Amino acid sequence: MEHKNYNAINKSVRKKDAMQLLLGKPVYTDDVVPDNALVVKLLRSPHANAIVNTINTKVAKLVPGVVDVYTWEDVPNSRFTNAGQTYPEASPYDRLIIDRHVRFVGDVVAIVAAENEKAADKALRLIKVTYDVLEPVLDYRTAKDGKILVHPEDNWVAPCEVGGSNLRNLVASDESSHGDVDGIMADCDIVLDRTYHTKAYNQAMMETFRTYTSKDRYGRLHVISSTQIVFHVRRILSHALGIPKTMIRVEKPRIGGGFGAKQTAVSEVYPAFVTMKTGRPAMIIFSREESQFAGSPRHEMEVRVRLGANKDGKIRVLDLYTLSNSGAYGEHGPTTVGLSGHKSIPMYTGSLEAFRFNYDVVYTNTMAAGAYRGYGATQGIFALETTVNELAERLNMDPTEIRNKNMLKEGMIMPAYYNELASACALDRCLDHCKEMFKWDEKYPVRDMGNGKVRTAGMGMAMQGSCISNLDVGSATVKLTEDGAFMLLIGAADMGTGCDTILAQMVAECMDCSVDDVSVFGADTDASPYDSGSYASSTTYITGKAVEKACMELKQKMATIAAGLLGCGEEEMVFEEGCLKRINTDQKVSLKEIGVKAQCNNPTSAEASASHCSPVSPPPYMVGMVEIELDKMTGEVTILDFMAVVDCGIPINPALARIQAEGGIVQGIGHTLMENITYNESGKLLESSFMQYKLPTRLDMGKLRVEFEHSYEPTGPFGAKSIGEIVINTPAPAIAHAIYRATGVWHREIPITPEKIAMSKPDENKQKEG
Amino acid sequence: MITFQKYVKVQSLDEAYELNKTRKNRIIGGMMWLRTGRGSVNTAIDISGLGLDTIEEDDEEFKIGAMVSLRKIEKHEGLNSYSNNAVQSAVKDIVGVQFRNMATVGGSIWGRFGFSDVLTVFLAMDTYVELHNAGIVPLSEFVNMKRDDDILVRIIVKKTPIKISYSAVRAQRTDFPVLACAVSEFDGMYKTTIGARPGKAILIKDEDGIMAAGITSDSAKAYADYVASHTPTDSNLRGSAEYRTHLTKVLTERNLLRIGGIE
Amino acid sequence: MIDINLTLNGKKISDQVDADSVLLDFLRDHDCYSVKRGCETSNCGLCTVLMDGMPVLSCSMLTVRADGHSIQTLEGLQEEASSFVGFIADQGADQCGFCNPGFVMNTIALLRENPDPTDDEIRAFLAGNLCRCSGYEGQLRGIRNYLNSRVKE
Repeated sequence: MEHKNYNAINKSVRKKDAMQLLLGKPVYTDDVVPDNALVVKLLRSPHANAIVNTINTKVAKLVPGVVDVYTWEDVPNSRFTNAGQTYPEASPYDRLIIDRHVRFVGDVVAIVAAENEKAADKALRLIKVTYDVLEPVLDYRTAKDGKILVHPEDNWVAPCEVGGSNLRNLVASDESSHGDVDGIMADCDIVLDRTYHTKAYNQAMMETFRTYTSKDRYGRLHVISSTQIVFHVRRILSHALGIPKTMIRVEKPRIGGGFGAKQTAVSEVYPAFVTMKTGRPAMIIFSREESQFAGSPRHEMEVRVRLGANKDGKIRVLDLYTLSNSGAYGEHGPTTVGLSGHKSIPMYTGSLEAFRFNYDVVYTNTMAAGAYRGYGATQGIFALETTVNELAERLNMDPTEIRNKNMLKEGMIMPAYYNELASACALDRCLDHCKEMFKWDEKYPVRDMGNGKVRTAGMGMAMQGSCISNLDVGSATVKLTEDGAFMLLIGAADMGTGCDTILAQMVAECMDCSVDDVSVFGADTDASPYDSGSYASSTTYITGKAVEKACMELKQKMATIAAGLLGCGEEEMVFEEGCLKRINTDQKVSLKEIGVKAQCNNPTSAEASASHCSPVSPPPYMVGMVEIELDKMTGEVTILDFMAVVDCGIPINPALARIQAEGGIVQGIGHTLMENITYNESGKLLESSFMQYKLPTRLDMGKLRVEFEHSYEPTGPFGAKSIGEIVINTPAPAIAHAIYRATGVWHREIPITPEKIAMSKPDENKQKEG
Repeated sequence: MITFQKYVKVQSLDEAYELNKTRKNRIIGGMMWLRTGRGSVNTAIDISGLGLDTIEEDDEEFKIGAMVSLRKIEKHEGLNSYSNNAVQSAVKDIVGVQFRNMATVGGSIWGRFGFSDVLTVFLAMDTYVELHNAGIVPLSEFVNMKRDDDILVRIIVKKTPIKISYSAVRAQRTDFPVLACAVSEFDGMYKTTIGARPGKAILIKDEDGIMAAGITSDSAKAYADYVASHTPTDSNLRGSAEYRTHLTKVLTERNLLRIGGIE
Repeated sequence: MIDINLTLNGKKISDQVDADSVLLDFLRDHDCYSVKRGCETSNCGLCTVLMDGMPVLSCSMLTVRADGHSIQTLEGLQEEASSFVGFIADQGADQCGFCNPGFVMNTIALLRENPDPTDDEIRAFLAGNLCRCSGYEGQLRGIRNYLNSRVKE
């Protein structure tokens, strides 16, 4: 597709921090803070459900170097949520800083503050606790309306009506439908009724959760944290500690990865509480083990899909029910689940006559789930795309053909997506492009390679959103300096994704300057304009638009200053070729002159702030195809080739968009084949280290190829949509499809380990068909 | 995290042996499990100053010092040419180069860890261990000896003409194996070792002479069944007993066919 | 406490350390902030440094064992790293950057040992360096582009 020739947009410029990062400069939380902080460590519950009966900290407090030990008796009794979300907060207020009732193996029982790590560790061993151990709720399928309550407390609060009730173990519940679902289902030639299961995968970002807190020179709480959400952390700490937001400053340095984990305030409250109590700087660094068993992983979900179709492959009706396991606390529970239907069903808008989408989100005594790239869409798309692949195989129809018959196309209204218009949709072109580049027709057939090995291929499609419509706010401040360059201030959080650079490219485009002439600062609640933070795929789309608006306003102000210099009316000034020109004359004013003038006998500020919020959340689209070699005897799967074509609108920085896609695909491969989550009978997580929780290495991912099909999203900055999350959605359905092709077995639970493949027979996995 | 109070880099094996008699003292190898382990040790005894980090090769045998790194045996030409690269196959997927630069052969063998690829491959060869006190003991005996306060000094691999093949199944390429298997033939006897059962590696010889007539696809299958029926397996996070028994058959048969050139 | 003498990035230093102090913590205490901890199980490769030129995991190396040896961290190999990391930056494969120092250190070790590696040799040598952001392919393209640029010279 054609688009404008840009100066800085659609260019693969280096990330602004790239050389700092690659040369190992000290830019992360633990590198930049003073080393005089108290070491904060947490005593964690060995029980999944228990009440602290007695807790004796006397001996622990006597350990030399121990400053203090805090228990449930020391903290405020008003509940809050750790979820980083915009008002009105959808997640229930169900947490205390330390609760006497501990709800998962790893829940916090005591906070230790010590001068050094050894003293803190010793104190942890010397705290004496007796528990009244209760029966835990470990099966999320029977949690709803079960007799044991995860949150029996009477001060549980849902700030937002989402259908939840703590007296039913229910975080949220909803039903929605369109058209005569049951009538059409009854009229279909073929109905597939399938149930899928996905687990609580860990984000496993390389930098674990960590936060430093101190009192600043005004006596305010100063927080330096590895977070995606500085403003939400300010609010959460204000609620948790009972202090005004004006008394809190939150900033983030560089972040060692987030993927949504750091959209929840997992670590912040503990050192903050210590600093408020002691007045001293405090620091917590989660061990890898703590990050694994007390982090904020994906919601485990069971998704039941009922799909009704005609023999010719026309998909007429979809009925989804999702059961989501929120774990011990409700963070992101009410919001993730919606995406399992809202971001899967609309892909079949082309043919769909009716749909239904119901869900329940339940509490259990396992680790609380949170936000993880894909945020529910990943789970729903695995379920729906696998069902559609099965339909294709049942009908002996090429799976790409069945997509062509049913898929969403540009210009369609999506009833399953809040009736939004698919204003920019190249899903059909993504499919054609991917099919050709991948050589689908050659790779799809099952080929016997000898010695028990076969090669074949599978596919999946995906969509996501580009923000939370009508809710999230992004902002940008752009300032002109007296050397004629620009400074960009943002509250969005670059967690390695490159948004600092992408937003600077937008300033450079607007101001007709080089990206090097734009500096970026973020994020700091004292200095940055308000931003919801970096999540929900929103930074490029929402904050990017705010950057565009701020630049427009700044140009207006520069025109005013320039007009003052020339003694003419500001309406005579136009911004052209990086300077202000007076129309119908040769007169022009350089940015440098305006920048200097702004600081000298001038009442007009040479800076502008703007905010943006969108009434729509335009989906990016993607097609993924995988070729595998499967060893039928051992069950081992080797990924040979993963090809993806993405429609993210106009990619602002194609190199960074590509890396996003490659990184997301490899995470998806990990979830599909090797990353596992297992709880023992008493509710303890067994994959609590990288020795047991196996991330894919560079030997596990085969060859990756990523290309783009451009579309132009009219509501986005320079036609852009999002890229960050969608990229994780296609590996699971594509690989499960290829494994079926190779073995004749549909695996409806991931990860699909070699054992599951080797030990299941083709006829075992059949489910009842309607 | 294992903590300890003292560290002694010993000057002689005798010094190490004396120190190691105290129950709270411990010989240290590559220390790869330092932070994973629990408990406290009084004195860490370091034998890395005793020149035990070399592989000596003569016409008869390889003498591999206890402190030789896994990376060194992975790259050792003589050892790999002798073993048809079985040694390299066994260690090349262990975590990463940095890990293999530090992990020691002695640590792997002494630990008699269930997951050990190293033990599995050496057990299938004509291998002996040299212990400071007990002297030279066949590895097949050592593997079943109780851990005591002796010190593992060297691994000795006799250059008995051998055919050998190694393979393992891993759920992720650098993970511990779900099952590890080496099949060898020397001195006229077919032998199979199965590691990561998940118990420590076990040696199954062809006592019934199933392979007496040589390697054919039938005899390979029969011997694989024999090995599987003599190999106890169990379940853990990485796999069930049933799957391990299945893999025992598959890998034994494949390794046999490979050394028979039938693959 | 035990006395140790070692060469850190070309400078001789003497210090006293606990018997169970690990090199990673010692290095960070000596302002080598490039050295990162990513796990406690020797699995991630983030803490890779060179000991006498050989890549090791500083999280699992007792500081006392560095006594008498030469340790190099990325702080001491800026120039050598600069020769190729720009190619990785051009791919955007630095991403969050937290794994970069360990990855760059092990790449230095690889290129010293094997100046002209194949893609498979690169993958195998760097298998112990986990990265959760990049999907690895961009890192490989960067190294490959560097090697190709060198050939042209």
